[in-house]
Amino acid sequence: MSVNRELLDTVFEPTKPYVVGREKVREFASAVFATAPIHHDVDAAIAAGYSDVVAPPTFPIVIQEKALHQILSHPGAGINFSRVVHGDQKFEYQRPLVAGDEVVATLRVTKIQSLGGHTMLTSESTITTTAGEPVVVATSTLVIRGEEG
Amino acid sequence: MSTLWAGRDIGDVLVEDSVELSRESLVRYAGASGDFNPIHYRDDVAKSVGLEGVLAHGMLTMGLAVAPVTAWLGDRGFVSSYQVRFTKPVYVPAESSVAVSASVSLAKVNEPTEGSATLALSVTTQDGTTVLGKAFVVVSPR
Repeated sequence: MSVNRELLDTVFEPTKPYVVGREKVREFASAVFATAPIHHDVDAAIAAGYSDVVAPPTFPIVIQEKALHQILSHPGAGINFSRVVHGDQKFEYQRPLVAGDEVVATLRVTKIQSLGGHTMLTSESTITTTAGEPVVVATSTLVIRGEEG
Repeated sequence: MSTLWAGRDIGDVLVEDSVELSRESLVRYAGASGDFNPIHYRDDVAKSVGLEGVLAHGMLTMGLAVAPVTAWLGDRGFVSSYQVRFTKPVYVPAESSVAVSASVSLAKVNEPTEGSATLALSVTTQDGTTVLGKAFVVVSPR
């Protein structure tokens, strides 16, 4: 099985709207040891100029994951999930996500590269509010390890 | 926000922190993130795909490494870019824990007048292994 190169430049449908929840932000922040008050305390977030608790910088992975699932589950993609390793990850933010944001992610495959029997697949998930405001672009490179033997 | 960098030299460590990762931390992150890949909680599955055993989610390491930055930054700015390369797995034993440390230093002041700067993250496990490569955070004024 090899990665289908026709995926290059494919733009997938926007994901279903995701509402960033206050308790989810707190739960995620605790899980990544992010103790800053703006992630947990609404009053602290408001005092810092936000409308509600602020999601930690890597929170958008939760939304990117929903977009990536579209490729990994795509029957024609030729990707064996058990051989996938996360290579690189990048986020470029217009602003942090805050509780109450309702967002969608639109994924585009930007690069497919072979390297020593492995395939590297880079995709860009553009995360915008349902009103169309750009919030963050998440770029991920997955390494699909070659089959042995 | 330029005061954040006042008196700081390139290479100065701005903040550092260390956390202990246990299997409980991994289960907690799995639930919070929705990433239930069994290589993060089952040794048999991890070993079946050629790993030494259960390892931390790369995104957990990426997430904990930037937490000292946001705590240090407070409301003085926000993280406008964050990137890493996952270079080495962080194996987490069943019956103890592993310390992961992040050290954040000033790499470059981008726009002195506006106060944006690039910070370099050095992220290591207790045996000195660097687990994230090319780890950079850009902080910008809001």
